[in-house]
Amino acid sequence: MERVLIDVRDLKKYFNTKQGTLHAVDGLNFQVLKGETLGLVGESGCGKSTTGRAILRLHEPTSGEVIYDGEDILKYNNKKMKEMRRKMQIVFQDPYSSLNPRLSVFELIADPLYVNKGVVPKNRIEEKVKYTMELVGLEKRLINSYPHELDGGRRQRVGIARALVLNPEFIVLDEPVSALDVSIQSQILNLLDELQEKLSLTYIFVAHDLSVVKHISDRIAVMYLGNIVELTDYKKIFEDPLHPYTQALLSAIPIPKVGIKRERIMLEGDVPSPINPGPGCVFYGRCRNRKDMCKEVKPEFEEKKPGHFVACHIV
Amino acid sequence: MGNLLEIKNLSIEYVTDERTNKAVNNLNLKIREGETLGFVGETGAGKTTTALGIMRLVPSPPGRIVSGEIIFEGENLLEKTEKEMREIRGNKISMIFQDPMTSLNPIMTVGEQIEEVIKLHEDLPKDELRKRAEAMLETVGIRKERFDDYPHEFSGGMKQRVVIAMGLACNPKLIIADEPTTALDVTIQAQVLELMKELKVKFNTSMLLITHDLGVVAETCDYVAIMYAGSVLEYGNVERIYNNPLHPYTVGLFNSIPSLDEDKDKLDVIPGTPPDPANLPTGCKFHPRCSKCMEICKQKMPEPIEVEEGHYVSCFLYDKDVKEGR
Repeated sequence: MERVLIDVRDLKKYFNTKQGTLHAVDGLNFQVLKGETLGLVGESGCGKSTTGRAILRLHEPTSGEVIYDGEDILKYNNKKMKEMRRKMQIVFQDPYSSLNPRLSVFELIADPLYVNKGVVPKNRIEEKVKYTMELVGLEKRLINSYPHELDGGRRQRVGIARALVLNPEFIVLDEPVSALDVSIQSQILNLLDELQEKLSLTYIFVAHDLSVVKHISDRIAVMYLGNIVELTDYKKIFEDPLHPYTQALLSAIPIPKVGIKRERIMLEGDVPSPINPGPGCVFYGRCRNRKDMCKEVKPEFEEKKPGHFVACHIV
Repeated sequence: MGNLLEIKNLSIEYVTDERTNKAVNNLNLKIREGETLGFVGETGAGKTTTALGIMRLVPSPPGRIVSGEIIFEGENLLEKTEKEMREIRGNKISMIFQDPMTSLNPIMTVGEQIEEVIKLHEDLPKDELRKRAEAMLETVGIRKERFDDYPHEFSGGMKQRVVIAMGLACNPKLIIADEPTTALDVTIQAQVLELMKELKVKFNTSMLLITHDLGVVAETCDYVAIMYAGSVLEYGNVERIYNNPLHPYTVGLFNSIPSLDEDKDKLDVIPGTPPDPANLPTGCKFHPRCSKCMEICKQKMPEPIEVEEGHYVSCFLYDKDVKEGR
């Protein structure tokens, strides 16, 4: 029943900078189940986008394994990877900068079909584009429009259509609604939900807005400074957050209701630099429960309760 | 409490050769002393243009204040000369912009930038000036040893603190904060909002908080105005509006936010998209997207109606005459 589609093992992505090695993604272990939406949340610079891209090899990982359907795709050569990419797609955050302004809607959506020859025969491309446009709710009359003529919501629909046109199994959604207004955001979220059901897609949904992530995800992974600190069912993360960072993050969300009293855990200071991090727990400097050992020993990412993974010595 | 700021029938347009964008249309608003007013709306609703209008900073051309009055401390700002406005800006009314990364000068130390604000409005000897600026830094929670550091040496949250220090340096009566925490992460946002709330009380300033985040409004504001296509559709006490939203747009807005304590399969959606400001619909600006649209909504723009004390809504659904068929 619960088949593992992607098994990520000890995934690392380091960048070399003048100041030292930047540990953007520092040893992630998690699985993505077929047909689920895995939410990746965290603050800017925590490595959530890099994770999504490293899985697709848009950033070549420094080390680790990404086992897709039983095979480690990091070992694939370019040719094999290109074929693989048909199954794995990405939708980017900003529909204003991720679409080529000089291509029409038709050209934008048909582009992946020209790059991957043979998926759809040439004489069927127009039909396929029109079908995909209908799928994502783009009116047919827009087929010859250019991105600047479309509003943000429609642009993002074009971005989604581009990802869908090759019939993928798995899509990384990298902050797909962050640039949109709330009334449009809900339209796109509903669309993503429908598409997942209709086409049995598997999603990794990267976002910083927790209420959005909660709405769309089956399981949620909370990231901090290149590490996943907690991963569990979307309900449990809100009902029973175990990691002190998750607790603080949840308590910081402004809730659009009046008269609710809740304890706010104020974190001191800022996220430390991911360049040459120390040996201990990544959250050590800001944690209110810290003990001496947290400074020296990095906690393992372990299953503390059934299906509930946490990296913390204290829990 | 008296009104510190009252805006009456303000209209602002951006005129180019091809089109006229009606950014603000017949806007009415007031802020009392010591009060925080949340100004909520989606992109292009005219929030920032209104704020720039108050500061008389609407870029002209193409911007043009067509009509209206902006009464601040009993005087109409629209009748002031540029010289008089310069006395007011930064001194009595100051503005905090959205993006602290771009609103600070990268080649001046943060201390100098705070000093500059004070220097413009007060004649102080050098050492006293520095003392004042250092005190401001400490007020916003930055050690005064960092006076000589440059903006790039600070994180996003710290930069926004510097911007807040600049905004408060002359002890203004009114602060206009334009999406002050939108560029920040939630845990940092929580710190900055907490600081702003504290300082507002300490300095007894009023605040106009522009945001699209209804959660931020619930936590910081006393009153809220919901903007759509350049006009205020609903205005009132935060508790009243959050517990009893009346305008179909406000209701739609609340329903379309994913909630943290409820589970929903599908989000409610406001169909369509906000109107093109160059081609606004007749009558009520919201009628093409409204599920409760009536014939009259297409013809006439509804006036604000006071449905309960201090709670105004511009919608014919609450107009008794319309309800009873006139």
